[in-house]
Amino acid sequence: MTRMALLAFWSHWRRHPVQFFTLIAGLALATALWSAVQAINAEARASYAQAAVQLGVDGTEILTALDGPIAVSQYVALRRAGWQVSPVLDGTLRREGQSFRVLGVDLLSSADLPAFAAPEAAQNFQAADVLTPPGRLFASPETAASLAHLPDLPPIIETANVPPDVVLTDIGIAEQLLNRSGQIDRLRVMPVQSAGIPPLADIAPNLRRSTQTSGETDRLTDSFHLNLTAFGLLAFAVGLFIVHGTVGLSFEQRRAMFRTLRALGLPLRRLTVLAVAELMIFAVIAGLLGLAAGYTIAGALLPDVSTTLRGLYGVPAANTLHLRPEWVASGLGMAILGTGLASVQALWRLWRMPLLAAPGLQSWAAGARRTNRIMAVIGIALFLAGVVAMVLFDGLVAGFALLAGMMLGAALILAPILSLILRLGARTANGPISEWIWADLRAQLPGVSLALMALLLALAANIGVGTMVSSFRLTFTGWLDQRLASELYVTARDDAQGAAIEDWLTPQVDAVLPIRSFEFSHAGTPLFVYGIRDHATYRDNWPLLAYTPDVWDMVASGTGVLINEQLARRSQIWPGDTLTISPKWSLPVAGVYSDYGNPTGQAIVSLDALLSHARDVPNRRFGIRVAPDRVRALSQELQTRFDLPSTALINQAGLKARSMEVFDKTFVVTGALNLLTLGVAGFAILTSLLTLWSLRLPQLAPVWALGMTRSQLARLEVVRSLALAALTALIALPLGLGLAWVLLAVINVEAFGWRLPMYLFPLDWLRLFLLALLAAGLAAVIPARRLYRLPPSDLLKVFADAR
Amino acid sequence: MLCFGIGRQIPRGGQEWQVPVLLDIRNVTKTYDGANARPVLRDVSMTLNRGQTVALTGESGSGKSTLLHLSAGLDAFDGGEITVDGTALSSLDDTGRAALRRDTVAVVFQQFNLIPSLTVAQNLSFHARMAGRLDTAWLQELTGRLGLADLTDRYPEHLSGGQQQRVAIGRALAGRPALLLADEPTGNLDETASGAVLDLMLDLVALSGTALFLVTHSRQIADRLDRHVHLSGGKIA
Repeated sequence: MTRMALLAFWSHWRRHPVQFFTLIAGLALATALWSAVQAINAEARASYAQAAVQLGVDGTEILTALDGPIAVSQYVALRRAGWQVSPVLDGTLRREGQSFRVLGVDLLSSADLPAFAAPEAAQNFQAADVLTPPGRLFASPETAASLAHLPDLPPIIETANVPPDVVLTDIGIAEQLLNRSGQIDRLRVMPVQSAGIPPLADIAPNLRRSTQTSGETDRLTDSFHLNLTAFGLLAFAVGLFIVHGTVGLSFEQRRAMFRTLRALGLPLRRLTVLAVAELMIFAVIAGLLGLAAGYTIAGALLPDVSTTLRGLYGVPAANTLHLRPEWVASGLGMAILGTGLASVQALWRLWRMPLLAAPGLQSWAAGARRTNRIMAVIGIALFLAGVVAMVLFDGLVAGFALLAGMMLGAALILAPILSLILRLGARTANGPISEWIWADLRAQLPGVSLALMALLLALAANIGVGTMVSSFRLTFTGWLDQRLASELYVTARDDAQGAAIEDWLTPQVDAVLPIRSFEFSHAGTPLFVYGIRDHATYRDNWPLLAYTPDVWDMVASGTGVLINEQLARRSQIWPGDTLTISPKWSLPVAGVYSDYGNPTGQAIVSLDALLSHARDVPNRRFGIRVAPDRVRALSQELQTRFDLPSTALINQAGLKARSMEVFDKTFVVTGALNLLTLGVAGFAILTSLLTLWSLRLPQLAPVWALGMTRSQLARLEVVRSLALAALTALIALPLGLGLAWVLLAVINVEAFGWRLPMYLFPLDWLRLFLLALLAAGLAAVIPARRLYRLPPSDLLKVFADAR
Repeated sequence: MLCFGIGRQIPRGGQEWQVPVLLDIRNVTKTYDGANARPVLRDVSMTLNRGQTVALTGESGSGKSTLLHLSAGLDAFDGGEITVDGTALSSLDDTGRAALRRDTVAVVFQQFNLIPSLTVAQNLSFHARMAGRLDTAWLQELTGRLGLADLTDRYPEHLSGGQQQRVAIGRALAGRPALLLADEPTGNLDETASGAVLDLMLDLVALSGTALFLVTHSRQIADRLDRHVHLSGGKIA
């Protein structure tokens, strides 16, 4: 009996290969996009974890000072008291436009780090070489290659046990490289401590003991991955719409067969079990296909993601993808779970299916109207729940709750809204054909509403994310124009050469603006303080978000400080408040400036004020104000006169281009996922139209018999699809703009610490609108063409078959 | 007394004049494509005059429905010619044949005849409005005579089989077509409903002056029409 039932099950798919392909493709697409995102996330997280082990920050306890670097005397006091601690100096080395993280550790007490402890390490170096000048730098092969051409660096030892863009060295060497003699950023607390050591508060009350994480970077990368996951989930949901539609239809078409099987004695329970088994087999097949496609997509996107993570967040991320068992398992799990979710309704209907009487089109529509009402209520409730979550709670999760509420709520309200619009539209009908078209559109709505929901979500995501990215881009471009006001930037080899360059340039250019900074610490995180010389370049151009009336006078006189937006929002300090830069140096905040793409806190004071509070501030970088037509000649002369490498001179255009390149790369993944999601939505429409095909014929054949041609009917099929897509796109616009607002005003502030102004891009909407019409038109063309070419004898079968 | 013959009407008293032929089928052949392709219609010829009612009978597979479909321009024949109201169907393209169905003929099928997304009222007026020949008074009379006055807001699926078929007949006659082609219109109904629907159809056909070409299995029904043509093995018997 079971075997015969299985044969009957399979016969349906043999007769409907397109439906079979649609089901498998929908599920495979959903799994592919979801697992691609998961693969990227898993790879990046694996890189973080590996880097944490390599740098000894995998949950190690550390001691930090709340008021700046730890004094060497405190370290010595702790050691004398029996505390097993190891000093770490952590800073950024900037050379010739490149940045590297320099981690200085005490080789003797940090011998457990993989770079020193790996078996092959002993063959590469002697401990004495590392400890004595010029010392040694440990770096990954790719970082070593970047460092190779930089002058005045100790010999480099290549090792795979240091993450990309990080240089590991002895703390003594790091002090010299970073110009931070006698400073310790943190102390690693060794896992094994002697018994009876005195409490920390007795020896160093200003030190705080905590478990080390990457702090700010963790939060940023988490939000980046959360963004990707949200996109993956959206794409997965859109794919599930396809599966839901196809499974629903295949069950609908097999009603007669199910009834017959039951009438022949197959118990309902076994029938349901067989249906579930069939779906699970499909889920596994599609899941495997989806995993293969996801792996390919992830492989293509990973290099850009790595560039983003390394460039924007400064975290190590690998470029190559590994096949991870947990990823395969989660992808297959999602495929099976998704199939289950998408099939619950169809299985429930099968379970409740009466043996007699199949409901007709209007019963289906009436059922859909009831469902519409319930969906509208749930949709509004979800919408409100998102708003309430945002009002009651803070943070990124509340922001995403608002987003989810908005998107899901809008998707559920879509069908009732469309139905209302179509009902109103029907009142404008003034002929039998237009009357029929409106009525038919409404009758058709339940069958395509899921595909339209998918399209709504994809379009809204496109508009929302597109508006966010374009607003960000516009703001970023304007911001770059303001921040990069100097026509030429030069980096000297050392301070002496810097001074010589400044002396030589001063009489022949409009202004030489030193770029000098020193790393302080604020609330346990790095604070880069820049000293500037008062000049119109800053007064005219600097992008201030909030400021006191005499902001630049305060900065120039050393009685005020400018801080970046991230620091202002994180620490809740705004103009009028006071910033503590070091225990002995506090200044009132005179203004807050936007500082996109920088995860760390930054402040600007007068150069004199900086130099009076920090020793050994490097004086190697300068911005040069000069007439644009002199930039080229001046660059060449500087290069020749001071024997500078070409990388030491960057003109404004070059720097902007490089910044925009990093910016654009950051959103490559988002753009790709956006496009893929829209493609999946277009595919969802196609599949719903294809799968509805056999149900359409009884609706179209009478109209054909009454005097319409097949080509007229085919054209109307395309027009109908275009009309529904256009209405959906119009509804997607306000939703997308709402999404953009949430991303710009809520998510960005929570995730990155900056708020962006929102700009509107009507041309982009028009492009997207046309793209939606194109997707819907293309999706409708295949069934319409099939209708156009359908032999009359096939249409006549509608009237002849005992269907 | 009137007696009916093919192509002519002979009045009482022996004076003879030509009656316009509405449907002229001459030597029509039709073969469906397929693995077991064999002719469905072979050299079939017959005519039907204005206002005449003709029953087409025959066993299953004899080609009755095919001949009806070809007469309505719903399908194309392979050989011969069909002329409806002076228009040769072989000269019409798809658009022309659609115009024929819209303006000159109406078809009632055994089932799946109504547009499921439209109400009874919309279905009833649909064809007449398409042809631009809606006569509201006639439509109201039709609706009343067909017993559909209380059902106009309903959708087809909420009607019984007999009610659905009455709507189909009403829709077909609302535009007063020259020719009504009915393919076993009572085939799905029980005997009582079948009789009632047929009575109505014959009354209304007479009232509207429409000619009727009706396919049926029933000898009883065939006997109630002006003339009876029997098809056997694709040929007029």
